[in-house]
Amino acid sequence: MKCRNGFSKYITIAVLIFFYLPMVIMTINSFNNSRYGVEWSGFTLAWYKQLITDPKILYTLMNSLIIGISAMVTSMVIGTLAAFAIHHYKSRIQIFHQALIFTQLGVPDILMGMSLLLFFIAIHLRLGLITIYIAHVTFCISYVSMVVLGRLQNFDFKIIEAAKDLGADWYVITRRIFLPLISPGIIAGGLLAFTLSIDDFVITFFVTGPGSSTLPIYIYSMMKHGSPAVLNALSVLFLVVTFTLVYCSQRLIAPKKTR
Amino acid sequence: MKGMHNKKNLGEWLVTIPPLGWLFIFFMIPTIIAITIAFRPSSPYGDIEAGWTLENFIMLFSPTYITIIWRTIWISFISTIICLFFALPTGYYMARLSQKWRQIILLLIIVPFWTNFLIRIFAWKIILNPEGILQYILISLGIISKNTMMLYRTETVILVTVYTYLPFAILPIFAAAEKFNFKLLEAAQDLGASRWESFSRIFLPNISKGLKVATFMVMIPCLGSYIIPDLVGGTNSEMIGNLIATQAFIARNIPMAAAWATVLMAMILFPMGLVISTKLLSRKMAE
Repeated sequence: MKCRNGFSKYITIAVLIFFYLPMVIMTINSFNNSRYGVEWSGFTLAWYKQLITDPKILYTLMNSLIIGISAMVTSMVIGTLAAFAIHHYKSRIQIFHQALIFTQLGVPDILMGMSLLLFFIAIHLRLGLITIYIAHVTFCISYVSMVVLGRLQNFDFKIIEAAKDLGADWYVITRRIFLPLISPGIIAGGLLAFTLSIDDFVITFFVTGPGSSTLPIYIYSMMKHGSPAVLNALSVLFLVVTFTLVYCSQRLIAPKKTR
Repeated sequence: MKGMHNKKNLGEWLVTIPPLGWLFIFFMIPTIIAITIAFRPSSPYGDIEAGWTLENFIMLFSPTYITIIWRTIWISFISTIICLFFALPTGYYMARLSQKWRQIILLLIIVPFWTNFLIRIFAWKIILNPEGILQYILISLGIISKNTMMLYRTETVILVTVYTYLPFAILPIFAAAEKFNFKLLEAAQDLGASRWESFSRIFLPNISKGLKVATFMVMIPCLGSYIIPDLVGGTNSEMIGNLIATQAFIARNIPMAAAWATVLMAMILFPMGLVISTKLLSRKMAE
C-alpha cells in the first residue's frame, strides 16, 4: 500500500509544480527589466506603471464587470427556474428541457460563438454589449441549473409538504423555506457563471462589436501585438486578486463550518 | 380536480418558459441556422446565396482537410489520455488525505484556474520562448540545440492543452474517489489480490463514472480547441476550430465556416448521444 501511495504522492506533487511553475516565472519576470527574462537585468516597477496608465485596461475591465454581473444575475434566476422545473415536473417537456441543457454543455465555445454570430446577423441585432450579454447568459444558464439541480437532489420535499399542512402559502414557502435552503447552490452557480463570463474569450470574440471589447479580448490583442512584460504584470495582478478573493471567501465560509 | 390540474400546468409553464424559451431562441435556433447555412452555396465574396448544395461538405473531404480532421481527433485523444494518466493518481492521493490537506490541495488545484484562460496560455509562451529561461537551461544541459524551436509545434499544443484541462480531469475523479471505500482495497488484498488487481478490478470500476465525466470534460473542449493552437501552435498544428475561425473571419466564407461547425458538432454530439442512449437502453433492459 505504501508503495502505491508513494507513486501517487509524487505524481500529485509533480502536478502541483506543473501548475504553479509558469505562474512563479511570470511573477518574477513582471519585476524584471529585461523583456523576455533570460537573465535578471534589475528590479523594476515600470511594467506595472505602464499597466496602470493604460486607459484601455480600465475601460475593458469595466465592460467585463458589467457583462459578468448582469449575466450572473440573469442566469442565476433563469438557471434556478430551469433546475426547479426539471426536478419538480416529470413531463415530456422537461425531458426536452434537460436534453437542451445537456447539449448546450456539450457544444464547444467556437460553435456557440459561430452560430450566435450568424443568428445576430440574421435578426439584424447590432453587435455590442447586448449581444455579448445574451451570449454569456446562454452559456451560463446550463451551468447554474446543473449546480442547483445537484442541490435539489438532496433537498427533502417533505419539508414543503409539512409547511403546506401548517398553512403556509406559496409565497411564504418559496421565500422562507425553499430559497434559503437551496441558496448555497444558487450562489455557487452564480459564482461559476461570473467566473465563466469574466474568463470567456472565444464566444465573446465572435459576438463583440466596435467599442465593446472585454478584458480577455484586449488581453488577446496585447498577446498578439503588445509588450509581453506588461502582460506579466497584468497576470500577477490577476493572481493577486484571485487569491485574495478565495482567501476572503474561505474566511467567510469557515466560521459556518465550525458551527 | 380538473381546475387543480390546470393550475399545476400553469405553474409548470411559468417556471419552464423563461429557461426553455431562452435556450430555444438563443441556442437551438442559432444552431439550426448554422446547420442550414452549411447547405447554402457561397458567392465568390463569401456571401450566402439562394438554393441548396452539398458542395461545402464535399470540399471538406479534400486531403488537406482530412489531415486536419484526423489531427484534431488524435491531439484530443492524446491530451485526454495524458490528463487521465496524471489525474488518476492525483485524485486517488487526494481522496486518501486527511480532511485538512484535502481541502488545501483542492484549493491549490482550483485557484490558478480562476485566473484568465489566455494568461495561462501566455505563461507558456513566455517559458517556451526562444529567448526564455527554459530554452536557456535545456541548451546548457545539452538536451536541445540552439535551433530547437519549442513553441509553435504540435507537442506544444498538447502540453498547453493538458495544462489547461488537467484540473477538469482531476476534479471529477477526485469527487468519485472521495466516495470510494478504501477498506475494499485492503479487503481484496487480504483475500489474495495483488495490488494492481485490487486497483484495476475494484478501484477503477467504482470510480468509472468519475472517469467518464473526466474524459468528456477534457475531450469535448479539446475537439473544439481554437485558442491554444492559434497562440502556441504552428501551421502544422491547425485544428478544426482554427479552420472555423479562418473561414469566418479571414476567408469570410460563412457557408464553409458553418459546414465545418456542423462537422465538429456531429463529431461531438454523435458519440455523446450514443453514450447516453446506450445508458438509457441498458436501464430499460434492466427494468
